[in-house]
Amino acid sequence: MSEILKELGEYVELKLGAAIRSSAVHYGELTLTVEREQIARVLRFLRDDGRCRYEILIDICGVDYPERAERFDVVYHLLSPRLNQRIRVKLTTDDVTPVASVVEVFAAANWFEREAYDMYGILFSGHPDLRRLLTDYGFQGFPLRKDFPLTGYVEVRYDDEKKRVVYEPVKLTQEFRTFDFESPWEGMTGNVLPGDEKATRS
Amino acid sequence: MPETEIRQFNINFGPQHPAAHGVLRLVLELDGEVVERVDPHVGLLHRGTEKLIEAKTYTQAIGYFDRLDYVAPMNQEHAFCLAAEKLLGIEVPRRAQLIRVLYSEIGRQLSHILNVTTQAMDVGALTPPLWGFEEREKLMVFYERASGSRMHAKYFRIGGVHQDLPPELINDIYDWCDPFLNVLDDIEGLLTDNRIFKQRNVDIGIVPLQEAFDWGFSGVMVRGSGAAWDLRKAQPYECYAEMDFDIPIGKNGDCYDRYLCRMAEMRESVKIMKQCCDKLRSPEGQGPVMTANAKVAAPKRGEMKRSMEALIHHFKLYTEGFHVPAGEVYACVEAPKGEFGVFLVADGSNKPYRCKIRAPGFPHLAAMDHLNRGHMLADVSAILGSLDIVFGEIDR
Repeated sequence: MSEILKELGEYVELKLGAAIRSSAVHYGELTLTVEREQIARVLRFLRDDGRCRYEILIDICGVDYPERAERFDVVYHLLSPRLNQRIRVKLTTDDVTPVASVVEVFAAANWFEREAYDMYGILFSGHPDLRRLLTDYGFQGFPLRKDFPLTGYVEVRYDDEKKRVVYEPVKLTQEFRTFDFESPWEGMTGNVLPGDEKATRS
Repeated sequence: MPETEIRQFNINFGPQHPAAHGVLRLVLELDGEVVERVDPHVGLLHRGTEKLIEAKTYTQAIGYFDRLDYVAPMNQEHAFCLAAEKLLGIEVPRRAQLIRVLYSEIGRQLSHILNVTTQAMDVGALTPPLWGFEEREKLMVFYERASGSRMHAKYFRIGGVHQDLPPELINDIYDWCDPFLNVLDDIEGLLTDNRIFKQRNVDIGIVPLQEAFDWGFSGVMVRGSGAAWDLRKAQPYECYAEMDFDIPIGKNGDCYDRYLCRMAEMRESVKIMKQCCDKLRSPEGQGPVMTANAKVAAPKRGEMKRSMEALIHHFKLYTEGFHVPAGEVYACVEAPKGEFGVFLVADGSNKPYRCKIRAPGFPHLAAMDHLNRGHMLADVSAILGSLDIVFGEIDR
C-alpha cells in the first residue's frame, strides 16, 4: 500500500515540480507539502489527473504552532473514490498572509474555509463570502489559536431586569487549574533537580 | 401596462423550529413561494469540542465524541479510537472488534430510525415516529446494559471496549433483530407507496453524482445518487471485511431515493448484527475485550485491589494518561450520516495537540443553498429532513 503511495507522491512531484516542497508517507498516509501560492493549481491537478482523480474534498483545517515564524498549517484532505485512496496536502501561512481560496475547484471548500477563518483567523483570498461561521454574532478573537484561553473572555446570562441576554467578562469562582501529571522520573537525563549538585560535589 | 407586483420575502426559519432538527437558523429569501437564496446560520450549539479535547487526556477526550452526533454516539467514539490506535500501533482483540461492529450497527439503526421517521413527520405523517421510537427505546436499553448509559456511553476505549458483554445481552440483541424487520415492514407500509409521502419527496432535492462529489458528500448522500461507495466495503476497518452485507444504492438522487436507501440499509444492518451475535457466541469469538498492553489499558478493579503494579498503572492512567507518539493521522468510519473522520495531531505528550473532527453533516448542510434554489418553501423542510443533519456534530 505504502509503495503505491510513495510512487504516487513521486509522480505528483515530477508533474508539478517546484510547487511541491516534499512528499512523505507516514502511518500509511501520503502527505504533500506544497508552496502556498500554488495550492489551487495542485488541487486542480490532483482532481483532474487520470492517475489521481481526487474528486472529493474531505476536509480543510488549520493547525496552530505559535512558536514558528509562519504559525499556521492549513491541511487539506482529499479522497479518490475511483482509486480508493486518500491524500493530505499541507501548506504554511501566518495570520496576515492570505491563502488562495479553492472554492473554484471544490464547492465544498466554501464552509471549510469559513470555519478555518473563524477558528484561526487564516485568511483566504478570493473566497466569495468569508464570514464567521460557528462562533457567536459579534464574536472577537480566534478560539482555536493556542494563545486563546480555554475559558474564553466573555460569558452570557439572561438579565431579568434588562429583559435580555447580557455579555460580561468571564468570572471564575475558582481559578482555572491545570495539573502537571508528568512523571519527574521519566526523561530526567541532563536535568538537575535542586539539591542534586551536593551529591556530585562531595 | 400594469405594474408588476414584486413579492420578495425574507423569512427566518428557526432557530426554534420542529422541522429544523435542532438549533438551525435559516434566512430564506423568497420570491413568492419560490426559494431564491438560503443562508444557514449555524453554531448555536457550538461548544468548542476541539478546543476542549486539546486540554484533556486521550481517554477523557472519548466522552466528547458521544456528544457530537448524539443519535449514534458510539460510531463517533470509534473514529477517535481508531485514530489513536493507529498512532500507538495497537491491535484490538477480536472479541472487542466484534463488539465494536455490533454497537456501531446499533448506532446506525438508532440514527436511521430517527431520520426516516422524523423525515416522515416533516412532511406530515405522525405515526412512523411513534412506531420507530419504540424500537429506539429498546436499542438504547442495549446501550445501557453494555455501558451503563443510554446515550453518552463512552464505551469504546483506546485498545478495545470497556467491559465484556454478558451472554444474555447478546441473546437479547439477537432476539431483537427479526421482529424489528416486521416493524420496518410496517413503517414501509405506511410510507413507501404513500401518495402524499411520494408527492413530497419524489424529484425533490435531486443531487447528480458529480455534484455530490463536488460538494464533499458522503454516506447516503452519494449512495442515493448511485455511487456504491461505503467505507465499510471500500476501506474495511475492524472485522467488516468478513461480514456479509450489501450496499443499497439509489438511482435518482432525490429525497425519496435517500429514504429508500436508509430503509434498505437498516435491513442490511440487521444482517450484520446477527452475524456479530453469532460470532460472539461461537468459541472463536471468546477472549479478552481490551488490549494486553498495560501502558494503555487500565487494569480491572479487582486486580487493582491486589496487585501493586496494577494500582500504580491505574493511578497513572487515570491522572496522567498515556503518551501517544508524535505524528499525524486521519482515521474515519462510515457513520450513519456519512464519513466521520478524525484528524489527530499528536506531539508526544498525553494530550492531543490538535483534533479536527470531520462531521459528515457539515458539507451536507453547506450545500443547502445550492440544493434549495428554485424549490418551493415547503420543500425546504423535506430536503433538510433527507440530509439527515444533527447539530451536535455540525456545530461541535
